[in-house]
Amino acid sequence: MKAIVQEITEKYSLQNVVFQRDNIAFVDVEKKFAIDLVTFLKDYHQFSHFVMMSCVDWIEDGQFQLLYLIHNPTLKVDIGIKTYLNRTEPTMQSAHHLWKQIWTYQREIKEAFGIDFPGSPNVDENFVLEGWTEIPHMRRDFDTAAYSEKTYFPREGRFTHDPATYMREKLYPNQPVTAKKNTNEQ
Amino acid sequence: METMNDKINEMLQRSAQNASQNEKSFIRPEDEEREVIAPDGSTIKINPIYDYFSGKKPQEEKPLNGVVEKFLNWARAESIWVLGFGTGCGSIEIPPLMTPRFDAYRFGVQMRATPRQSNAFIISGYLSVKTLKRVIRSYEQMPSPKYVLALGSCTINGGMYYDSYSTINRLDKYIPVDVYIAGCMPRPEALLSGFMKLKELIKEGKAEKANEYARNFDEYKANQKKIIKDWNMPDYNW
Repeated sequence: MKAIVQEITEKYSLQNVVFQRDNIAFVDVEKKFAIDLVTFLKDYHQFSHFVMMSCVDWIEDGQFQLLYLIHNPTLKVDIGIKTYLNRTEPTMQSAHHLWKQIWTYQREIKEAFGIDFPGSPNVDENFVLEGWTEIPHMRRDFDTAAYSEKTYFPREGRFTHDPATYMREKLYPNQPVTAKKNTNEQ
Repeated sequence: METMNDKINEMLQRSAQNASQNEKSFIRPEDEEREVIAPDGSTIKINPIYDYFSGKKPQEEKPLNGVVEKFLNWARAESIWVLGFGTGCGSIEIPPLMTPRFDAYRFGVQMRATPRQSNAFIISGYLSVKTLKRVIRSYEQMPSPKYVLALGSCTINGGMYYDSYSTINRLDKYIPVDVYIAGCMPRPEALLSGFMKLKELIKEGKAEKANEYARNFDEYKANQKKIIKDWNMPDYNW
């Protein structure tokens, strides 16, 4: 594992290599080399199992982070490849040719974050939502509470009853309210 | 091979034309109004959305004379055929109803698989806009008189999903609801109690929500269309 990470660090001049455990490492790579690196690991180092792909919105830095997590079944090790996209032009090279399940991941990320993957099959189709017209709903600048209030019929505020008063009003409406005895005075 | 290429080009041209003409159309290509060649060789016009469903507005049905209607209501109350719409978490409470422990059959309640055979509609828990569309289609396909039981607090005011972008808050703004069964989640006993309440309402002649839907049809449709942006079905799905 260490040798593989050493090799790719030199080959792709990686920064920020983190060994989370002995068998899991995360590396940051430039956007233009990300798919090359995934392909290299798949073809040369038998990282043949694609675990998952995810996206994080770092709105303060103006970036989206994409993570490709891949697994080597022989060595039983994982490598997470992180890459960063500009939030204003979120476009990423598609990796659909490597594993077919990436089609679905990319379709989901397109809908949830609005990141485009040109050339990925069916990437423009609806994934979960139908007829969505707002900005992508998983972006952090999308205000879900405000959208819900505007679109659906909002609930009419919460209110609570004091249990003792409420039960007295309901069960014994005609009985006069007696003041509670203050035991300290006696 | 040439004919194949021609066909492909034709299809591509057609889809490009459609895309440029109205980008906002959500109607699927197979549902579009078009001309086709029938088996006998003649050319006919088809409109798949309206050919299989009636777009006519639902009609209000007036109750019959006193005694007759009373008898009918008694009969209706004793045979409740349920369509369960289990997309929310509450649907897990429906299967135990049909076990020996709770045994809903003793109250004349039985489950059916399709809207065309049922007259009571249990909607369990939260509804996203996507499932609301299916709820409306199913509800409108049920024969009248029909009743709706809303199960769980999400159908009353959104419950814990009140601020979600994809789930609706109040079901009764989109279809009329006869009985609410509150709770998160209501137990099967609560469901049975809901059925008893529904039977009471039917016997008293108060479960007339299907007529209410017909009466306020435009209002309900406006609410539905406000949130279902990709309206690609007939206005009334009977």
